[in-house]
Amino acid sequence: MNSSLLFAVLLCLTLLSYWFGIKRSLKVAGGSEHRKELTCLPEQFGLLTAMVCGLPALITLLIFNSAEQFVIELLLTNTLPLSIQSLSAIDLGLYLNNIRSLASSDSAALTALLQTSVDSAEQAQVHAALTLQNLFEKSSWLKTALVLIIAVVSVILLVSKFNLTFKARQKSEAIVKALLVASSAIAILTTLGIVVSVLFESIQFFKSVPATDFMFGTHWSPQTAMRSDQIGGSGSFGAIPLFAGTMLITFIAMLLAVPVGLMIAIYLSQYASVKLRSIAKPMLEVLAGIPTVVYGFFAALTVAPVIRSAGEYFGLSVASESALAAGLVMGTMIIPFVSSLSEDAISAVPNDLKEASLGMGATSSETVVKVLLPAALPGIVGAILLAVSRAIGETMIVVMAAGMAANLTANPLDSVTTVTVQIVTLLTGDQEFDSPKTLAAFALGLMLFVTTLGLNIMALKVVRKYREQYD
Amino acid sequence: MTNSTTSPKTLANKSTKNCIKKNIKKSTKVTTTMSSTTEKVALSLKKRHQKEKRFKAFGLFSVLFGFMLVVILLGDITSKALPAFHQHWVKLDINYQGDWLGVDERLSGYELTKQLKGANFRKVLKNSIYPMFIDEQVTKLSRKDKRAVFKLFSTNGEFTIRDALLASPENFNQTVSIWIKLDDDVDVYLKEGFALGEAGLRINEKQANWLAKLQREQRIESRFNVGFFTASDSREPELAGVRGALTGTLLTMFVTILLSFPLGVAGALYLEEFAPKNRITDLIEININNLAAVPSIVFGLLGLAIIINVFGLPRSAPLVGGIVLTLMTLPTIIIASRAAIKAVPPSIREAALGLGASKMQVTFSHVLPQAMPGIITGAIIGVAQALGETAPLLMIGMVAFIVDIPTSIVDSATVLPVQIFLWADSPERAFLAKTSAAILVLLTLLLVINVTATVLRSKFEKK
Repeated sequence: MNSSLLFAVLLCLTLLSYWFGIKRSLKVAGGSEHRKELTCLPEQFGLLTAMVCGLPALITLLIFNSAEQFVIELLLTNTLPLSIQSLSAIDLGLYLNNIRSLASSDSAALTALLQTSVDSAEQAQVHAALTLQNLFEKSSWLKTALVLIIAVVSVILLVSKFNLTFKARQKSEAIVKALLVASSAIAILTTLGIVVSVLFESIQFFKSVPATDFMFGTHWSPQTAMRSDQIGGSGSFGAIPLFAGTMLITFIAMLLAVPVGLMIAIYLSQYASVKLRSIAKPMLEVLAGIPTVVYGFFAALTVAPVIRSAGEYFGLSVASESALAAGLVMGTMIIPFVSSLSEDAISAVPNDLKEASLGMGATSSETVVKVLLPAALPGIVGAILLAVSRAIGETMIVVMAAGMAANLTANPLDSVTTVTVQIVTLLTGDQEFDSPKTLAAFALGLMLFVTTLGLNIMALKVVRKYREQYD
Repeated sequence: MTNSTTSPKTLANKSTKNCIKKNIKKSTKVTTTMSSTTEKVALSLKKRHQKEKRFKAFGLFSVLFGFMLVVILLGDITSKALPAFHQHWVKLDINYQGDWLGVDERLSGYELTKQLKGANFRKVLKNSIYPMFIDEQVTKLSRKDKRAVFKLFSTNGEFTIRDALLASPENFNQTVSIWIKLDDDVDVYLKEGFALGEAGLRINEKQANWLAKLQREQRIESRFNVGFFTASDSREPELAGVRGALTGTLLTMFVTILLSFPLGVAGALYLEEFAPKNRITDLIEININNLAAVPSIVFGLLGLAIIINVFGLPRSAPLVGGIVLTLMTLPTIIIASRAAIKAVPPSIREAALGLGASKMQVTFSHVLPQAMPGIITGAIIGVAQALGETAPLLMIGMVAFIVDIPTSIVDSATVLPVQIFLWADSPERAFLAKTSAAILVLLTLLLVINVTATVLRSKFEKK
């Protein structure tokens, strides 16, 4: 039985055991007219039975499924001749891949192939493929039996304990609470998963490329030579040009987003009529809600050509994938982010301060610049830090509009590349997992994660400090 | 001096009560004569008011700038997308001659259909179209000309005429008019009306003349592009459609909603209703806040390294995409759900507890239903975020070129945003319009989702 069918069967069993639990509890009470004699409602008995039936079996199924492939291949490798077992990890992987693709055809064809084939190596492979099929079949039976037995046995064990004072509700509530705890713990698991995945691969990477070369090297060309006589594939991993490119584009984006976003926040919170606010707010939501891939398309196919032809008009040479285009569009994307966060910060300033300033005869703009902004400054700084963190982590705009070549330049009309662009280029397409080229992507991911995490923590700290002053 | 007295006066005039006005007038007159500070202030007033106006204008300009950006962005994409919604077809007189097809002319019935399935329809197409371009001036097409003629039509032309004949086999050995699609380069040429010789144009003069001739004979027609919504991805722009990507998106969103909604609500319920105030709870809260700000591409790395490489789930599958997007949207949903749960008045909890309900019963039968509209709104916003996400899906291999429409969550699939990314990268000019049109489809989906959220929210607020 395959997993999805098994899952469906399990679901049916669970529903059935709900009903079964109710029946059994009523029987224990001595008929439905005596239901009041039970400590808990019969439905609560049913619920507990259903949970006890479904949960352990489901967990078994999940664990079995995730371990199945690994264990079966281990078993298969042990049946292979020693000459193959002693191959290097990569060659063994290739060999196993061959067997896997052979095993995906049906067994009758394989048996026929086994009889017609004369090549002994091929025969061995076909033989292994048959073994693999056999193992999978066995494991499928084992899985079905195991899951169903667990479901049934746990229900029987539970039901045998039913009596008049059985605390079905308390027990089912404890299970539900455990599930709630588990769901909220997923956040921790996710963070842990991120840290483990990027850290583990990064350590592998730093084994072949020293960390100092990576952090302080100024030459980035991740193409490694396949053969020793190949030209151009030096494989140097100096990430400074990537950091510089990321910072350049982020800087351009901030140059647009911070003043515009801040002014929108000020205008909407201090000057705008209710009507203007009611139109401007959805406008900002539209800007914030547009997917980044759309911004990327806009940057690459509309903004970049415009900037290029404008540059040519003034006699400047502009790269077709200039940092300016990517930066400006990224700035556009971030405007709503900056404006909504800074509006929160501005409106959190106590009204007394504003009224005092206006009462002293200051104009509105003077009040904003000299009273409100300084008071809201920590909040605004927090907003800008979060915006910077977003710009650094933004991927699609730069993948589509910024270049691939790692130039170390501060000229916004030149083409630069960023950390996220390189992660995408290194990891899309064909890849083997343990070459320094793919591992470099994880090292870049680690840098990205640490940087954005640092910025977020800093921003939250700044904001929290500010809140303490007025609350 | 005149200046200094009038300004406060005008200021004072603006205030409402008459008697107060008189008083102020008196007092200002007295003070202006006495204090030089007030004089200074009055002198600088004009400048300060100008500054105020400038500041206000700058603010208004920023807001208008935002509007302008939205208009340019949407206008640009819409104007680029419009050509993709219609397509040029051409009417050809196809002669289904038996010897061109390589099928015996005397056949009929079942045997004929069977033979026709493998017949040489390309030859039929070629032999039928070449004579159309022969006239008094051109009596014979050179080999080069023939190739140029054949290139005017979509590569699936031979399949169109095959399907037409299979649908009505009585046309065997007859000449019938059949509409087929034109090639994408021709389509772009007809839509945009280039001057010949312009960069990016892939039609030569001869081809342009032939097209003009076809147009004079009223053989070319522009139709609504149904294929865009019913076809899957293709290397040929005139055949490519969004259905495969749309199905992939729906499957991925199905997984995302199925996982993120229960998990997010359960997590939020625990943190709001049950969690004791201790270090672990604090740790969970900090984690959730930080995860909400982690770049989406990092979740893609997690998906690649752990979900695909460790747990061995299939690459490019909506299942993996859904799991990754779930992890990404979970913080958003938890934060929104917590806000909704917090907004449930404590009196409801206390009343239920007072009647003897257990904490769990209070939570699930009283708090959760009350908070549900808010939770659903938050969840919809989270799903909308996931719907537009591209970067993490690139990491887990959903960028492959996939022609088949996925049918299950473990099939290879791509999603709409990734399809946009792939098409935007394609060199063919016709894909430009296709990309914009796909963006419009995506934005429409998002609009529908967001409007639903807004309607739900307003319904909730009325309560």
